[in-house]
Amino acid sequence: MKSRLTSLLLGGLILVASAQLAVTQTSGLRLPKTVEAGAAFSIQTTGSGSAILYIVGLGQVLRREVQLGETTSFAPGDLHNAGHYVVLLVAPSSTGDGAFDVTAARQPSALSFLAKPSRVPVDLHDGISGVVYVFDKFQNLILEPTQASFQLSGVAGAPQARTMLTRNGVAWTKMDSASKEGAAQFVARVGNAVDTRVITQVPGDPCSLRMNARASGQMLALETDPVRDCSGNAVPDGTIVTFTETYNGDEATVDVPLKRGIARTEMPAYKGATISVATGVVMGNEIHWGGGQ
Amino acid sequence: MKSASRTLSIWKAFLMLCSLLIALSVRGSDQPVVHVEPTDSVGPRVLEKQTQEAVIRDYLQAWSSLSSAFAENRADLLDAEFVGTAKEKFVDTVREQAKLGLRTRYRDSAHDLQLVFYSPEGLSVQLIDTVTYDVQILDHEKVQTTQHVRTRYVAVLTPTEVRWKVRVLQAEPE
Repeated sequence: MKSRLTSLLLGGLILVASAQLAVTQTSGLRLPKTVEAGAAFSIQTTGSGSAILYIVGLGQVLRREVQLGETTSFAPGDLHNAGHYVVLLVAPSSTGDGAFDVTAARQPSALSFLAKPSRVPVDLHDGISGVVYVFDKFQNLILEPTQASFQLSGVAGAPQARTMLTRNGVAWTKMDSASKEGAAQFVARVGNAVDTRVITQVPGDPCSLRMNARASGQMLALETDPVRDCSGNAVPDGTIVTFTETYNGDEATVDVPLKRGIARTEMPAYKGATISVATGVVMGNEIHWGGGQ
Repeated sequence: MKSASRTLSIWKAFLMLCSLLIALSVRGSDQPVVHVEPTDSVGPRVLEKQTQEAVIRDYLQAWSSLSSAFAENRADLLDAEFVGTAKEKFVDTVREQAKLGLRTRYRDSAHDLQLVFYSPEGLSVQLIDTVTYDVQILDHEKVQTTQHVRTRYVAVLTPTEVRWKVRVLQAEPE
């Protein structure tokens, strides 16, 4: 009976001692809740002895041998990819775990600026779109709302400007193309990060079309007035103008590219023929030859 | 005798049906549960149903590839579904894992998706996904821990010749 009591007491003492040991070696973790990408930070552990600290995320993995009870410091840049990180501390007789988030740095550093289209007709409402994604210097998308501005300035007219807050790291806008042809600078700016695209504004469709005719021997010399869009810009050379002559139930057609803004051709001078002119969806005037215009 | 044979056949059929149901339930449990929030407006461009389905299909496939790449430390498995920044970062992580003798097993069990932005020219789609997953950390093939995680991801996908590829995949604090 006495020896049984002694062994029970001994057993109890061993249990208390091992529990004490477990307390001293329990590796607790004190983690930051969030860390800014690229910033220095530290992790505090409790206990004694050595352990391995894992910081694991999709963007980075770190593995460090640490001394329990000490503060483990991470230098600026050690953890620079934004994301959710799982932390695990493995000591010989215990483990500890936790998690924290790395957020993008606050300072915008790079923009991903998509401007479309690269060529646009003049005088088109909402004809140009711009989308900008905002990144920090570690290429993390900055998800905090940030002020973004867009400006479109061309060869004529006042620049158009829009300012807005990013949402989930993105901002977008639509702009009108100018009434004058020429290259326009489309600028996106977020903080000190700036990106520029060049948008070529080209003349629109012809607005009106007019031709005149004169006799040239057995032929008619046909010539258009300079062809312009509705804003007065010269329609590009190469645009096709179609002349059609109808005579006695027959029809003859000639396609002519604009040269220096004017289309010229010759067609047979049949008395009583009707000549018409068109380009794209624009019809020009008609000439009745021999009976006057 | 005939009756016994018939009973045996019925039992065989019943067992086969049970096996099939078990197999289906096991397979079903491997697939993440996906919920897509109704999308009223995604900004400047209308998102057609077919496009939305393609985006979600390719995005979920990207998670599958990501999981395989991280579990096997094979960066090449990221090629088909990732591009740009996301690909560069994940390739670096896989290489770092291999260097340290680590592997990670990500098993996504649920995705709660919401498409939030479709750019005017159709060149990018942004979605927000609250993902539930388990991550298992292996150090030199020894499992160190398995943690259950639920966190919010922002993803940007861009179209390529045959599929939508993930350009940005970044968790943010909830």
